[in-house]
Amino acid sequence: MAQEPLLRCSGMDKSFAGVPALRDVHMSVAAGEVRALIGQNGAGKSTLIKVLTGVYRRDAGQVEFAGNPVDFTSTQDAQRNGLATIYQEVNLVPYRSVAENICIGRARRRFGLIDWKAVNAEARERLAALDVHVDVTRPLVEYPIATQQMTAIARALSFDAKLVIMDEPTSSLAEREVATLLDVIRRLRDEGVAIVFVSHRLDELYAVCDTITVLRDGRTVADSPISELSRYDLVSTMLGRELTESERRGQHVGATATAAAPTVLEARDLRRAPVLNGSSVTLRRGEVVGLAGLLGSGRSETARALFGADPVTDGEIHRDGEPVRFASPQEAIRARIGFNSEDRKGEGIIPDLSVRENITLALLPRLLRRGIVDRGRQQEIVDRFIRRLDIKLAGPDQKISELSGGNQQKVLLARWLCTDPEVLILDEPTRGIDVGAKQEIQNLVRELADDGLSVLLISSELEELITDCDRVVVLRDGATVAELEGEDISEKSMLHAMAEGTAATGSRQPSGSREEDEVHD
Amino acid sequence: MTETATAGPTSPAATRRPTGRSWTGFARQYGAAALLVLLLAYNAVFTRNFLSWQTLMDVQLRQAAPVAIVALGMALVIAVAGIDLSVGSVMAIAGQVGALTVLGGLPPALAVLLALAVAAACGVFNGTLVVRYGVQPIIATLILFIAGRGIAQLLSGGKLTGFRNPGLQFLGLGRIAGVPMPVMLMIVVAAVLWFVVRYTGYGRTLLATGGNTAAARLAGVRTGRVTMVAYIASAALAGLVGLVVIGITAASDANNVGLGVELDAIAAVAVSGTPLTGGRISVVGTVVGAVMLRLLQNTLIAQGVPREIAQIVTGVVIVVALFLQRRAR
Repeated sequence: MAQEPLLRCSGMDKSFAGVPALRDVHMSVAAGEVRALIGQNGAGKSTLIKVLTGVYRRDAGQVEFAGNPVDFTSTQDAQRNGLATIYQEVNLVPYRSVAENICIGRARRRFGLIDWKAVNAEARERLAALDVHVDVTRPLVEYPIATQQMTAIARALSFDAKLVIMDEPTSSLAEREVATLLDVIRRLRDEGVAIVFVSHRLDELYAVCDTITVLRDGRTVADSPISELSRYDLVSTMLGRELTESERRGQHVGATATAAAPTVLEARDLRRAPVLNGSSVTLRRGEVVGLAGLLGSGRSETARALFGADPVTDGEIHRDGEPVRFASPQEAIRARIGFNSEDRKGEGIIPDLSVRENITLALLPRLLRRGIVDRGRQQEIVDRFIRRLDIKLAGPDQKISELSGGNQQKVLLARWLCTDPEVLILDEPTRGIDVGAKQEIQNLVRELADDGLSVLLISSELEELITDCDRVVVLRDGATVAELEGEDISEKSMLHAMAEGTAATGSRQPSGSREEDEVHD
Repeated sequence: MTETATAGPTSPAATRRPTGRSWTGFARQYGAAALLVLLLAYNAVFTRNFLSWQTLMDVQLRQAAPVAIVALGMALVIAVAGIDLSVGSVMAIAGQVGALTVLGGLPPALAVLLALAVAAACGVFNGTLVVRYGVQPIIATLILFIAGRGIAQLLSGGKLTGFRNPGLQFLGLGRIAGVPMPVMLMIVVAAVLWFVVRYTGYGRTLLATGGNTAAARLAGVRTGRVTMVAYIASAALAGLVGLVVIGITAASDANNVGLGVELDAIAAVAVSGTPLTGGRISVVGTVVGAVMLRLLQNTLIAQGVPREIAQIVTGVVIVVALFLQRRAR
């Protein structure tokens, strides 16, 4: 890619309420180049895309597009100038026809009226160029997501897009549809269109991208041809792990103690395309088992399936050795399982209710006497858990939405702990909370496990998994690819499994002169 | 409007509010009540014999009671982020069923049971569309709003169905301890609902479901059933009011019973400071809202303000109430 880049940005800064989301970020992409953009949650990918396409104004930095400095004021502005964005959630008009969605806003008119024949013909033609052949007069919503995305792409190209940014376009596509999309990307590249491709599936990135930009904590931490960055290095760069690792390792010795304990919960080969493709995990009594994996690897999906929150199409779940099938969370709760979602706001707190009511929500059926809440017992339990978890509040009548993130999370933990569960599934319990509360929650998890509670812990932070877990199960593309225990739990072994899909190297063996050891960024 | 039913008994913590928004907070919580007090004061001075048992009970409260009862059911549905447009038609159906039953020579108690059962069935229909088929509440209940009136008219054969039955008329015209039946029913329904919201498991799950359905489901709440019960309660209360209305006139008029009541009920809930986005309910506030809106209309008309202008003023009052709600966010 020796030619002058089509898009070049540098020194990009953006803060939200004083919190920096982008710090001195740079990225460039040339015509006919496919650039991968990758980073963890909160690394700044979405912010960068939104700053580039005019959704947000940047605080600092230069953007050059097609040789000129630009400052797009809206996505429409960006689109008119040849920069189109295709989002994960297709943002077209679902109940209008495919043709309208492609041509809307610049439809051909005859005598002041829309020339439907011409519109439909143009839409058919543009889709055919992407090898999509559908009835363009049908409403968009009748077609699968893949077709809807193709429609979005066709629309982008109809504006003569020179650069197309695709923000996780494949996350809801089936395998065959992904292949089609990758073909389209290659075809666009060959026609000289520049593409920025965001995905968490490494296979896709390596299949179609020429270059890669890795963001971490709002900074550009890698920028190179993708062929020069091994999967292992990519993952470790993204997660911020140096290769000088291997000191960090399971610190506690609980692993051997729980090895003989009975299995309390087991998932065998859970499937639901495209997110779950055979995930398995076993949880013994008093054990903390970690679920590791990149975004989109099926960690949360596995947890939700275990809890009866989402269905599975195939696979088995065993509770205390008995096969079970939870049709709803309520059934899982009755089997003494708790689940704390990663989405605290969306699926955790009931914002308008008091801390008291939030804590006792899951316990409620057991607090009732002839349908009436036993206030005395409720108060006693609420007080006990506020003390036990050291929740900082003005009083139990305070609305939960007025608490800090860490204290909200403690309330949600209390919601489950007061039900006296045997299994607790925690999805990113320490994300977005302050360091102090994080440490408290980690300590609490350990204590609870020592008292016999089994914990399934999902975390994107390898360090947290290493310090907290007796065992770690690594998922990749919805399938279990490795299970690490005790000494073998290391950053290296987890990164390896996430990147390569195998647990080939235990941390004790030197990994030899594998390709990844030779490369750095 | 002393409670919003989100928290338990008031404690120092709950009253610890930033002082900056105290005025709007007060206006939102007590705006309708303050207006009610203002209207009462005005009438006490300028309307002759206003502060008499006769005027207050038999005119003002009795006129407000039907809408207030319907509004209480509406408040339940709104608490789960729904809306029930079908209440007026359900009133007409229930009234017609009640009238036909006593005309058929059956006892009034059976007529009441039958009418309430039919109304509840309407609620099951609404709830099923919303819960099982995911139809938007406004559309789901629009179906019975339209078709329900037709059903009532079909039952009536297009004629006014007059009847003479002391038992059924008692619901509209009777008194208990000197209190007119409609007012008595309003008080009883409000008291029961207040208790349910504040002290029962259903009350908690109702607010949890409306406040955050996804979170409530993950916490084991049967959100579908909770929502269904709200729609059934709304329809059953509408059915009860249908019986009250035909009891007053001793005739079921399928064309007019409950006409437009759904909007009056929504207005009463709205001026009580309850957002239509769900998760909150104010039982006392809803009653205050309904009584206030009725008294406002009556006052304006008594002062010789033309009905058209009275309607406009009512609209303005609702707008002001909604505006205060937004400000208080």
